[in-house]
Amino acid sequence: MTVGMTILAIALSVALFLGVEKVRTGAKASFADTISGTDLIVGARSGSVQLLLYSVFRIGNATNNVTWQSYQDIASRREVDWIVPISLGDSHRQFRVMGTDPAFFEHYKYRQGRSLAFAQGKIMEDLFDTVIGAEVAATLNYSIGDPIVVAHGLASFTEHKDQPFQISGILERTGTPVDRTLIVSLEAIEAIHVDWRSGSQIPGQSTPVDVIRQMDLTPKAVTAALVGVESPLQTFALQRSINEYPEEPLLAILPGVALQELWSIVGIAETALLAVSAMVVVTALIGMMATIFSSLNERRREMAIFRAMGARPRTIMSMLVFEAMMTAAIGALLGLGFLYIGLIIAQPLVDQAFGLWLPIEAPGSYEIVAILAVIFAGAIVSLAPALRAYRMSVADGMMVKN
Amino acid sequence: MTETVLKLSDVAYQWKGSGGFSIEVPRLEANKGETILLLGRSGSGKSTLLSLICGIVLPSSGSIEIAETELTALSRGARDRLRAEYIGVIFQQFNLLPFGSVMDNILLPLRFAPERRKRAGNIANEALRFCSALGLPDGIEHLSAEKLSVGQQQRVAVARALIGYPPLIVADEPTSALDVDSQAGFLDLLFQQIKEHGTSLLMVSHDPRLGEFFDRVINMEDIAKVGRVPA
Repeated sequence: MTVGMTILAIALSVALFLGVEKVRTGAKASFADTISGTDLIVGARSGSVQLLLYSVFRIGNATNNVTWQSYQDIASRREVDWIVPISLGDSHRQFRVMGTDPAFFEHYKYRQGRSLAFAQGKIMEDLFDTVIGAEVAATLNYSIGDPIVVAHGLASFTEHKDQPFQISGILERTGTPVDRTLIVSLEAIEAIHVDWRSGSQIPGQSTPVDVIRQMDLTPKAVTAALVGVESPLQTFALQRSINEYPEEPLLAILPGVALQELWSIVGIAETALLAVSAMVVVTALIGMMATIFSSLNERRREMAIFRAMGARPRTIMSMLVFEAMMTAAIGALLGLGFLYIGLIIAQPLVDQAFGLWLPIEAPGSYEIVAILAVIFAGAIVSLAPALRAYRMSVADGMMVKN
Repeated sequence: MTETVLKLSDVAYQWKGSGGFSIEVPRLEANKGETILLLGRSGSGKSTLLSLICGIVLPSSGSIEIAETELTALSRGARDRLRAEYIGVIFQQFNLLPFGSVMDNILLPLRFAPERRKRAGNIANEALRFCSALGLPDGIEHLSAEKLSVGQQQRVAVARALIGYPPLIVADEPTSALDVDSQAGFLDLLFQQIKEHGTSLLMVSHDPRLGEFFDRVINMEDIAKVGRVPA
């Protein structure tokens, strides 16, 4: 009974510990999976983490734009296989609006090369069509054909009322910031800003939609660009030449490197969480130690019988240590079982709710090392009561005072 | 010449610490196959004497021989091993490990005594043979020891002491938990097995009525001198 409780405590703590690690690596992988297949991200010169945050995670804002001229220059370079522009700055409710071109749907990849897929509808065809992410659709309860008015800037009250959009497609959930994005064409971004100059609407001016459709809507600038190179070998040369682009201060980053940099900042909190769950395991093991201590008196007779049969005090001590190791081992393995049961139940839920994909894999070296460490710690922790048992069995011999 | 299984000469033991007591046993011998009843009240030093014979405690002087091996010359580990190999121990009551099966309990001493294990041959068969010889029902070997009656537990304890034929059985009040009728039945079975295998028996009791079963009855007062050391 007490042994069962001890095993359960160890099992739960081990499950928690392994679960936290699972979520941690899952989150990290998910993080890294946000963008794949892109070799370089180009934006105005700022910090690499900042560029990554606003271009991929839609966090924070660009300090400056990349002129259309520079964009064209980069696009026309030999090394560039494809380039996708990104234009940010507007929003709809709490979600951001991103201007891009249809190549985005072709080249944007997440989770090891998966492409965006449509849950409903299709890519935008008309100037005022928009494709929305799964979370946008779910949160705002939108469906195909619904009209949308885009607000200027973020958390702003001025809206581009005169040019409403229509939803042409809804994307499947990806677990990336795309889920929280409304995608429009680059021209549309230009179109809704026809009557705007330096961030505010020109008073009294409202160009009719029909007129806008006739205008040249070539953008003057983009916020950032995703670039794929012809050959991975050229990535660094291209990055260097963009960073040294003489006409405009630009910055090209390798998404993987920037993600690492970002992770090293976010990772501290994750490590703290892991440390806390490790402390829970230690607590469970100390609980086991207390249980062994309190059982020693009940087991005096048993120890005396062993002694009478010829067992050495050392044998009795090692029996207790072995028992503790078995308890820890059963607890740890049961914890691993709990983890998998938990994963099987939680995997679809977590994916749905957070877009976090927790892979169910055979226990890796991490799990094996963790379990061995728990067993070893169990042995260490049991040394104190085992030593006491040793002394008791030397003192008692084969006689037990009733 | 008769073989001596147990030989104590000029043994003196002094309990460590102040206010402890001391015991002196000038002479005690047991021959092969001999059954001895050691009578003594509580506090007569019976338990200490058994601990000395079993090598749990070491005398401060004198000599203890078990099967012609000088116990006092051995290290503690070697004494434990000697006990496992040559002495079968039967306790008063609650003799068995409650969580083990009857079979586990009977085979327990063999875990610490490889030679005795060899002597026992096919140990599972031996255990079963003892079970039936001691009148235990068939199939009992798989039962958990805590499910047995006190009488059955004592028989299992006898089987455990006898397996592998140690030359000496040491029993500490094995009948005190049994009623009078069971006592006689139990001793009959015990003696039957002991005679069959030529084992010596040293049994400690406070009950002089048991004397009729034994070859020799010794009073503790006659062989041992117990003293209380003033603090």
